Amino acid sequence: MLGKIEEKVLAEKRLTKRDAIRLFESDDIFSLGRLASLVAQKKNGNNAYFIRNRHINPTNICVNRCRFCAFSRSAGQEGAFELTIEEIVSKLRPLVHGDRPISEVHIVGGLHPQWPFEYYLEMISTINKNFPKLHIKAFTAVEVDYMAKISGLGLRETLTALKASGLGSMPGGGAEIFDPLVRNRLCPEKISGGRWLQVMEAAHKAGIRTNATMLYGHIEKHEHRVDHLLKLRNLQDSTGGFQAFIPLAYHPKNTEIKGRYTSGIDDLKTIAISRLVLDNFDHVKAYWIMLGEKISQLALKFGADDFDGTIIEEKITHAAGALTGEQLTAEELVHLIRKAGKVPVERDSFYRKIRRDGKGHA
Amino acid sequence: MLEGRITKRQALEMLRNSDLLELGAEADELRKALHPDGFVTFIIDRNINYTNVCINKCSFCAFWRDEDAPDAYLLDEGTLFAKIEETIELGGTQILIQGGLHPSLDIDYYVDLLSSIKKRFSINVHGFSPPEICYIADSADLTIQETLLILRNAGLDSIPGGGAEILSDRVREILSPKKIRSSRWLSVMEAAHRIGMRTTATMMFGSVESPEDIIEHLDSVRQLQDRTGGFTAFIPWSFQPGNTELSKKFEVKGKKSKRTPKSEGRNPKFQTATAVDYLRVLALSRLYLDNIENIQASWVTQGLKLAQVSLRFGANDFGSTMIEENVVASTGVSYCVSKNDIINAIRSSGFKPAQRDTYYNILRKF
Repeated sequence: MLGKIEEKVLAEKRLTKRDAIRLFESDDIFSLGRLASLVAQKKNGNNAYFIRNRHINPTNICVNRCRFCAFSRSAGQEGAFELTIEEIVSKLRPLVHGDRPISEVHIVGGLHPQWPFEYYLEMISTINKNFPKLHIKAFTAVEVDYMAKISGLGLRETLTALKASGLGSMPGGGAEIFDPLVRNRLCPEKISGGRWLQVMEAAHKAGIRTNATMLYGHIEKHEHRVDHLLKLRNLQDSTGGFQAFIPLAYHPKNTEIKGRYTSGIDDLKTIAISRLVLDNFDHVKAYWIMLGEKISQLALKFGADDFDGTIIEEKITHAAGALTGEQLTAEELVHLIRKAGKVPVERDSFYRKIRRDGKGHA
Repeated sequence: MLEGRITKRQALEMLRNSDLLELGAEADELRKALHPDGFVTFIIDRNINYTNVCINKCSFCAFWRDEDAPDAYLLDEGTLFAKIEETIELGGTQILIQGGLHPSLDIDYYVDLLSSIKKRFSINVHGFSPPEICYIADSADLTIQETLLILRNAGLDSIPGGGAEILSDRVREILSPKKIRSSRWLSVMEAAHRIGMRTTATMMFGSVESPEDIIEHLDSVRQLQDRTGGFTAFIPWSFQPGNTELSKKFEVKGKKSKRTPKSEGRNPKFQTATAVDYLRVLALSRLYLDNIENIQASWVTQGLKLAQVSLRFGANDFGSTMIEENVVASTGVSYCVSKNDIINAIRSSGFKPAQRDTYYNILRKF
């Protein structure tokens, strides 16, 4: 049904902007799923990855006022919170011991108006000192840009200092949609798409691997999604520093722009098209917190190869009306993956298989 | 595409081994051929459960109570009429009346109930699944046909397809040993069709059945439909384990209820249906039941997003807006959904939303 585009995918030729827009306009979800699955199969075999992880949000106080966000608060506003470093350490302590320890902590938060750069460095180094085996994936490009600003250090030095304190990798948040007009309506205070890409480029050059995201299903059009994907593909061509791409389905509750939940069909198409367009990304993640465990499981049939993780506590999507719980056990993740006909692989932060026999990485 | 009718053997092979997307594409083709105009329908109605007292006590059910339980209830007329009035105000055209098998109610209760509703309201009464019909017949010492005629004269319009669960006596012995057997469920439906009443058929899967049991179920329904043509729709849904005896007996993985106690003695073989299983059964149902016009997506058990995807895996109907639903909610599963949510969900899936009546006539397009 997809004709020439299908031929290109089978011949491993790169899709153009026009191809990608045609895919979004197509309603042939079955061909899309089949092609994306073929690509995923070539890249990752029959594997579907998951990780034992925990999310921590150090604060929801944020100087930005993004219109799609239901999580952020101003200082002093009802519901505003800030965690001390001791509180963060004590949230992690019970999870890093025992025979099934988490292997990664994911830390993202608001742009706090008072915290100095040193606070973030101390947060990372204290976690690192207490739990030297725990991988710290922390701070979106938006937070790192903010730290560079408040510290007066350049991007490169900010990233080097974070890395020296124990930062292991960076998540892909804050990308939203790069297109300036859409972005200006969504999150006028946030750094531009160009700046987001600059921070990621600097991170990759400093030897920090990162993810990339796209927030879709709000006010953007298909062409904006495609433009976003192509910008990511370009940067990946030059740095190779992105690990996974994670499309994020917009959630409308308690936000300023309101709107609707994305359709399950759009979610699956977006996963499949991302897999087909981002030919230089190793992994496409079905982030179950945002898609729900049902659509995430189906996404494994539409080109996704990663289910994210156990998460345990999630505040950002839940503030905007998440339709899921906050955690899945590793056993539940394994069950969902197997029932989709895939091989569950518990991974570390760099997609290496974790062996639970005490011998480290396989 | 397969030529001619799918055989039981082919269906079993498809259920076990076919590629999900290939199966979905075939079901989608057939759905398109049967419903080429692109409408996806829904009905505005309300589930009214007149009592939760039930002598059957099925192990997969979280709704039943003993008669002397502190939260056992029997709705009074005032409450019932208020619920119907509200349904009509919301544009509703049907009430679905179902309840437990209450040991103190006799056929006069049901006749009074139906005629008191019909005296006051012009609304389709879709009521009493086959286990209730049998219970009413047995306690009045009447045949099924006599019972159905009495109830129809009192105001019963159509019969819901509940209580079918899996039409395999091996499975029923485990799930619901006191509930009517498969043959009786089928004979109630046949008797109803013979006197001109339309009914739906359901299937609850994802508990202890085998793939063979699912095929057996589909085949029984198809055979009966060949004889009578009385089924308007088929509605497959998956077992929801929260708060049920069955999930306490075995550990059930998959959809988790906050209220489900984690039990000891886990049985890893016992796991409820995932999204992939649901779509596979749904698509196969569309293909196998070539003589039933409508297949319902179950947003109540699967959520709106998976229900949307279902529209490309064989379903053409979104079921009811469920102004009220108690039975699935008692397992801890509830999705908060309004009529507008349903209309938007259908539209954003690429279909045209339309309100229908009990007989799948379109009443209003949106």
